[in-house]
Amino acid sequence: MGLDQIYTQVITENSRSTEHKHPIDCPTHSHEGVNPSCGDDIKLELKVEDGIIKDAAFVGDGCAISQASTSIMIDLILGRNVDDAKRLASKFIGMIKGEVTDDEDLEELEDAQAFKDISHMPARVKCAVLSWHTLEKALNDALDQVQ
Amino acid sequence: MSNSIKDQFPVFRQNADEKPIVYLDSAATSQRPESVIKAVDDFYYKHNANPHRGSYQLGIEATEAYENARLKVASFINAKDPSCVIFTRNTTESMNLIAYSYGMNFIKEGDRVVITILEHHSNMIPWQQVCRAKGAKLDYIYADKGGIISDEEIEAKITDGVKLVAATHVSNVLGIKTPIEKIIKRAHEVGAVAAVDAAQSSPHIKLDVEALDADFLAFSGHKLYSPLGVGVLWGKRELLDKMPPFLTGGDMIDSVREQDATWAELPNKFEAGTQNAGGAVGLAAAIDWIESVGFDKIEAVEREIYDYAWAKLKEVPHLTVYGSDKGEHYGAIAFNVDDVHPHDVATILDADGVCIRSGHHCAQPLMGHIGTSSCCRASFAVYNTKEDVDALCASLLKVRKWLGFED
Repeated sequence: MGLDQIYTQVITENSRSTEHKHPIDCPTHSHEGVNPSCGDDIKLELKVEDGIIKDAAFVGDGCAISQASTSIMIDLILGRNVDDAKRLASKFIGMIKGEVTDDEDLEELEDAQAFKDISHMPARVKCAVLSWHTLEKALNDALDQVQ
Repeated sequence: MSNSIKDQFPVFRQNADEKPIVYLDSAATSQRPESVIKAVDDFYYKHNANPHRGSYQLGIEATEAYENARLKVASFINAKDPSCVIFTRNTTESMNLIAYSYGMNFIKEGDRVVITILEHHSNMIPWQQVCRAKGAKLDYIYADKGGIISDEEIEAKITDGVKLVAATHVSNVLGIKTPIEKIIKRAHEVGAVAAVDAAQSSPHIKLDVEALDADFLAFSGHKLYSPLGVGVLWGKRELLDKMPPFLTGGDMIDSVREQDATWAELPNKFEAGTQNAGGAVGLAAAIDWIESVGFDKIEAVEREIYDYAWAKLKEVPHLTVYGSDKGEHYGAIAFNVDDVHPHDVATILDADGVCIRSGHHCAQPLMGHIGTSSCCRASFAVYNTKEDVDALCASLLKVRKWLGFED
């Protein structure tokens, strides 16, 4: 696949965005996600209140794919309830694995659909899914607390 | 431009006209010349059996091929006693053999082990494990930001109480040669054992264990134009003799009773289980190939490419080249493109057929020491050409544009 399918405007702009790149005040949960082979390293922080993700942000560094994916993910999950965010994470990971392919089904991922073609790039799959796996782990902690 | 050395490597023939492979990752693993691939084929086609077992013709041939490879390796590194040449899977296994067999048995509580900040994880984590298990202390010889280790640092760190020094010959990230001769000499002055990681030097520098006077030396076949899965540990006999086996099982015993066993002589004591005879045969063929080219030519060709690449990369805008203009360099050059993660650089270069490594290169403490979390690495072997370097630089100029930067 061509570079123009990877480094799209949505991805390059989001990769440089600093909107969600900062620590948050009094996070209820945080989780660190690392891709040891390439050096992507993010710490995702969430503030979950009454089962709703009231605030989310990240610190760390990594490639354009991992940074953009994290930023777009945070846009998508802010204000959602934990179950909804988990469902979206599962759908995103399904899309990257090539298991969820129906465009209509993927629409609710909004800008995160920009990563669909990464499923054809084995070397970059881990970069795209890092933040979403990190989110799942953080939210599992959140669920434990809610219950 | 045709290159008679590159022509001997079949991997470069594919798509040679449309999109030639610009292979700049030989520090990770080299490509193999046709003669090596054919030698391995020949072994499996005609001589394959389990070495040291069968008393039939094929078994004898397999044993001969395997043991001849050992003789070849011994001669290649100027080891007088071939039974001190032990086949392993790779440098990592060789280092673990030293750590678990020598380190765990001869390093005591309160002892010190010294390594350098330039080490690959394979010559770092085994020593962390030994020191944690034995209550010993792991100390580092630091290099400056350019990778240069001073005499003062060697003398300050290798002092009484140090029992083992393990150091790389050439950095897998910065390509710089360490003052290994001084490190070994100093280790011996304080009564320490010296182990050398020659994984990155073996393809570039003629190794001579006698001249180095190291106690252990390890390298991988696959960085040396050989098949994957065969490596070497050489050690001094008086050390190897007193060390217990690393792995136990088949072929490493003298005799076995229900509750105990006695060990075979060197080298078999350290070669448990069926060995990678095909790999050893490939390594022997690689040594033949290297000797047919000659280290004089290898060094001359690689020096020209390295110096050319160093100068050209320094001219590329928005590029930080790590390391120093001073010092002797072999194989690798590390760099970063401003504001672009190395993994993105590698992906963008790959679109032009340029293969480089990105990441921390299994040297995370060194990354921190030179002030980055990861970097790009271009590395060279004797088959590389100035055209490869030109292709690298041309591709690097495109990187920032793909990420949306204006220049």
